[in-house]
Amino acid sequence: MSENLLIQLSVTILFLPLLGFFAVIFLNKKIPNMYKFELGVISLTFIATLLVLYGKLSGYIDETIIGTFNWIDFGKVPVLGSVTIELGVKLDNVAVIMLFTVNLISMLVHYYSVAYMKDDIRYNLYFAYLGIFTFSMLGIVITHNLLMMYIFWELVGLSSYLLIGFWFEKDSAADAGKKAFLVNRVGDIGMFIGILILYTNYHTFTFDEIFAQIQNGVIPFGSSGWLTAAGILVFMGAVGKSAQFPLHVWLPDAMEGPTPVSALIHAATMVAAGVYLVARIFAMLTADAMVFIAVVGAITSFVAATIAITQNDIKKVLAYSTVSQLGYMVMSLGVGAYAFAFFHLVTHAFFKACLFLGSGSVIQAMHHEQDIREMGGLRKKLPITYVTFLISTLAISGIPLTSGFLSKDGILAGTLAFGDLTGHWLIPAIGFTVALLTAFYMFRLVILTFHGKPRNKEKYDHAHESPKLMTVPLIVLSTLSIFIFYTPNPLSPDAGWFLGEWISTPQTVVPQSSAFEFMNDGTTGTSNEIIHSQIYEDAMHHAHYPAMFLSLALAGLGIFLAFVFYQWKKISADKFAESIKPIYQFSLNKWYVDEIYHYTVISGTLAFSKILHWFDAYIVDGIVNGSAALTRLISRISGLIDTYIVDGLVNFTALFSGFMGLSLRRLQTGKVQTYIVFVIFSVFVLLWVFNSI
Amino acid sequence: MEGFPILTLITFLPILGMVLILFMPSVQKQWIKITALVVTILQVVLAAVLLANFNYEAVGVNQAETFQFVEQFRWIEIYGGSWLGTIKIDYFLGVDGLSIPMVLLTAIISLIALISSWKIDNAVKGYFALYLLLDTGMMGVFVALDFFLFYVFWELMLLPMYFLIGIWGGPRKEYAAIKFFIYTLLGSVFMLLVMIGLYFSASEKLGDGTLAHTFNLLALMDQSNYAPDGILSPLNPHNLRFIAYIALFVGFAIKIPMFPFHTWLPDAHVEAPTPISVILAGVLLKMGTYGILRISFPIFPEITRDLAWYIGLFGMINIIYGALVALAQKDFKKLIAYSSVSHMGYVLLGMASLTTVGMTGAILQMFNHGTITAMLFLLVGVIYDRAHTRDINGFGGLATQMPAYTGYITVAFFAAIGLPGLSGFISEALVFVGAFGVPEIRTITIISALGILLGACYMLWTLQRIFFGKLNEKWSSLQDLDLREYIMLVPLAIIVLLLGIYPSALIDVMTSSVNYLVEIMLPTTTTISSIGF
Repeated sequence: MSENLLIQLSVTILFLPLLGFFAVIFLNKKIPNMYKFELGVISLTFIATLLVLYGKLSGYIDETIIGTFNWIDFGKVPVLGSVTIELGVKLDNVAVIMLFTVNLISMLVHYYSVAYMKDDIRYNLYFAYLGIFTFSMLGIVITHNLLMMYIFWELVGLSSYLLIGFWFEKDSAADAGKKAFLVNRVGDIGMFIGILILYTNYHTFTFDEIFAQIQNGVIPFGSSGWLTAAGILVFMGAVGKSAQFPLHVWLPDAMEGPTPVSALIHAATMVAAGVYLVARIFAMLTADAMVFIAVVGAITSFVAATIAITQNDIKKVLAYSTVSQLGYMVMSLGVGAYAFAFFHLVTHAFFKACLFLGSGSVIQAMHHEQDIREMGGLRKKLPITYVTFLISTLAISGIPLTSGFLSKDGILAGTLAFGDLTGHWLIPAIGFTVALLTAFYMFRLVILTFHGKPRNKEKYDHAHESPKLMTVPLIVLSTLSIFIFYTPNPLSPDAGWFLGEWISTPQTVVPQSSAFEFMNDGTTGTSNEIIHSQIYEDAMHHAHYPAMFLSLALAGLGIFLAFVFYQWKKISADKFAESIKPIYQFSLNKWYVDEIYHYTVISGTLAFSKILHWFDAYIVDGIVNGSAALTRLISRISGLIDTYIVDGLVNFTALFSGFMGLSLRRLQTGKVQTYIVFVIFSVFVLLWVFNSI
Repeated sequence: MEGFPILTLITFLPILGMVLILFMPSVQKQWIKITALVVTILQVVLAAVLLANFNYEAVGVNQAETFQFVEQFRWIEIYGGSWLGTIKIDYFLGVDGLSIPMVLLTAIISLIALISSWKIDNAVKGYFALYLLLDTGMMGVFVALDFFLFYVFWELMLLPMYFLIGIWGGPRKEYAAIKFFIYTLLGSVFMLLVMIGLYFSASEKLGDGTLAHTFNLLALMDQSNYAPDGILSPLNPHNLRFIAYIALFVGFAIKIPMFPFHTWLPDAHVEAPTPISVILAGVLLKMGTYGILRISFPIFPEITRDLAWYIGLFGMINIIYGALVALAQKDFKKLIAYSSVSHMGYVLLGMASLTTVGMTGAILQMFNHGTITAMLFLLVGVIYDRAHTRDINGFGGLATQMPAYTGYITVAFFAAIGLPGLSGFISEALVFVGAFGVPEIRTITIISALGILLGACYMLWTLQRIFFGKLNEKWSSLQDLDLREYIMLVPLAIIVLLLGIYPSALIDVMTSSVNYLVEIMLPTTTTISSIGF
């Protein structure tokens, strides 16, 4: 396959699901069963993906294929010269493997949904939404620049919003959708500002061009602090999308969406987009940014794991487990174990999708009961679901022969190596603690759901295994949780093709002074060439076996404890919870993070908006109306002046003349006698006057 | 196209229609409406012809020879005595990359709002006559290149607007109409003073070599046309250009509307009938920002540079303040009105950057806000027609009852909150990219970015309160969109989507002019010739 063909194929893969979306949206009223069109589209997409995967890995395994086109042209801009905004596709191994992962799970979820959603009133619309989601997610995967990343980033946010709130008649679903969108936007603002910093300095959104300029010593605003800031700000997008602490609160609520959606979007693909984003900008992360990212990831994985332990809703347990595992991946990137982070992203996508789809199978069998306290003993009723669920649980717990063991072990080895090289020992400490907690809560979930005796006899009696459309995806996904797909040696992932040949860590481009020494061994290379520092390799190598044994021991301990508490009931879980009540409550109430937000940010904003509304209506508009009233007052006063003084003067003059006229009229009597008296009188007066002069 | 007075035609065609309507008997309601419809359709056709024949390379802005479709002749010439000299006013029309998007917008919105007016049933003759007069006023503002002519059109639009709100409006229509009228008139007074000041400060060389005072905007932009002692002359060390700039700016700011001059807008919108709200938000608000771009910027480049920070600051206040006040609204239409205040803030912020990307974003935002808000007001009108209430909390669950309506409003809402793939995103993103690149207003830009979040807050909350949850039984008889409503909404939705995916369709039209405007706004140390114009 030629490079051009690969680019064209990948663009086709991108737009096919969008076609599905529009076709279903506009035609579902006219053509019955439009969802079948979307099924066809996604199957075609998957086939094309296989072609791209094969073409890339067989023909261009060490190359990055890029195709671009000019989206916006600003012409000849003063001072800057020619300015354009470019969109483009970047196909490297990470991208094509991600393409495969997304499209495979998307296709499986499509088929699973055919059975799972069959009685829904908006059945066709649901498939349209899956289509636009797949489109948006694929855009994130194949983009070669930050702007396009942001565009599709927002679009997955939209599809997530639509699908979480799919059953919008329920207030909780509508709330959850809104919450997801808004919490994500908080992170997105940070990401956007990070992108602005990069664009302002490099005049390009393209990853490779930015990296090239950093490598040439161009630092944002001339300070490596800004480079750190840019990295952390872009990472904020990942904090939102990948549900990292403290923006993790939306993901558990997102479980209001249909369960297949939780599997596809809120477990396997979209939430991993944050990890993918950090992987994409990995080369430009400074040492400070990496520590920040590692710490956020570690905190997230720990907080979520402590919450997952006490949750009773099957999907909530899985949701917090997802948050915790995403924290793992982010932490892994922070400690420099790039390849393992991506590896875990892929393995987690398969086993977590399997777990969620399995929980969907359970929920449907139990007539939409999600509380694990109402379950128990289901393994006899749902054998296929049970086995696949168990395999995936073993994988997430990191038991050998599973894919999870390989990827998780690598992450823990990475944290150990990081602790060894930098002295940040807290991060591996948290990493291993979480491994213990994960094994414990996952087996708690398995035991309470599938083992023991049924606690709700009635629902149990009606339960039955799901149809093939649902079980086949489970089987496929759990099969992919077995080591053999990634490496022939079940103990060493490095020996396999996945890490040995396909994925390797990009060379950092950060100046020596602000990068970790172990990230930068002085060898020069372009960002496409993959060089990992020898110091780091050695540290990883040393950490490999200690990490493996320690994590195995902890996972074993976790599983053992779960059996002690829930299977054999040697210790009563309820009594134990009672004895540590404050801690138990703290965990059960999810560290009260939602409450804190409610009483601070949300109430504060709403109160402030009410105050401003008042200010607007009574002060700003008050001044306007006030000046109108003042004008009216002035005009009334001048009106009064006009009436009584100006016009008064006029009237006074008239009145005076009238008065005078009236007075003088009396003289005009019309009688000759009177006139003669006047004349005589006047003559005397005049004589007297003239004489006296 | 040479010699064909297409701009005159596109501007005065509505007046022709008005005259026709005035001769019609007022009982012939259908014919009156059809006449108006034909006129506005022809206007859109003419706008399309304009665009098709538009030369993307020609810059315009302050160069008379690169303006397109120019029509210029002496309109008024009176000998005003020795002191006044000869008063000469030109009939001078032309378009460039700054105005052509607005001409298109005006034509499109006028047509859509006319379709929306189809339901008007009382005093039909008067309504449509005034409507067409308004149309001429709006179009004229965007094509006039003589300040006096600009002012005439500016005032011409005011009168029909006053009656359209005051007669066909809601319960408090008199209050709203008078408030709108007086507020805008106040701005006009400032503008008039500045216009006269400029007139006496500058003069243009006539064909016979004599100098004459001028209202010609392009002549006013040329600083060599000013007499050394003119009060608004840049050569006069004691000039009043700063005060004049502020006065002119306030005149335009009222129209935008910029905080704190915005309170007429919610009242006018709430009381105006739906089509008039559409016109108001879709076209009228843009006259303010257009005026700043067309007149304030090129005539007072040095003061614009000095005050750019404040323009950005007010942009930020509009964005944040408008969004926060919108969040507290309970009336659907008022909420959209405040969202307009917020979204016009992006235009100010983009213009304040004085960069190509930012200003392109600003002009694009003017266009996009026009189409998106038009859609929003149409949609509010649709629900008000049926439910006779606009109380957001009084609805609930309409999505099941009116799925198509919900679909269109979702598109409009998400376009308004800048979802990529829809037009609002491009303009907002360009504004941010442009403004962030300018160190002086970088902090302002970062704070403004909060608007992205707040916008999503009030829009999604509204969406939820009206459309989600259980259907309120009271509304179980509401009908979904009818054909006429589809005819209004579909074209706008297509424009919103198209410009979201392929923004170059509009950006390419304006780049030459915007680049040139940015160029002449630069401090004089960089000469224009170095760029090659």
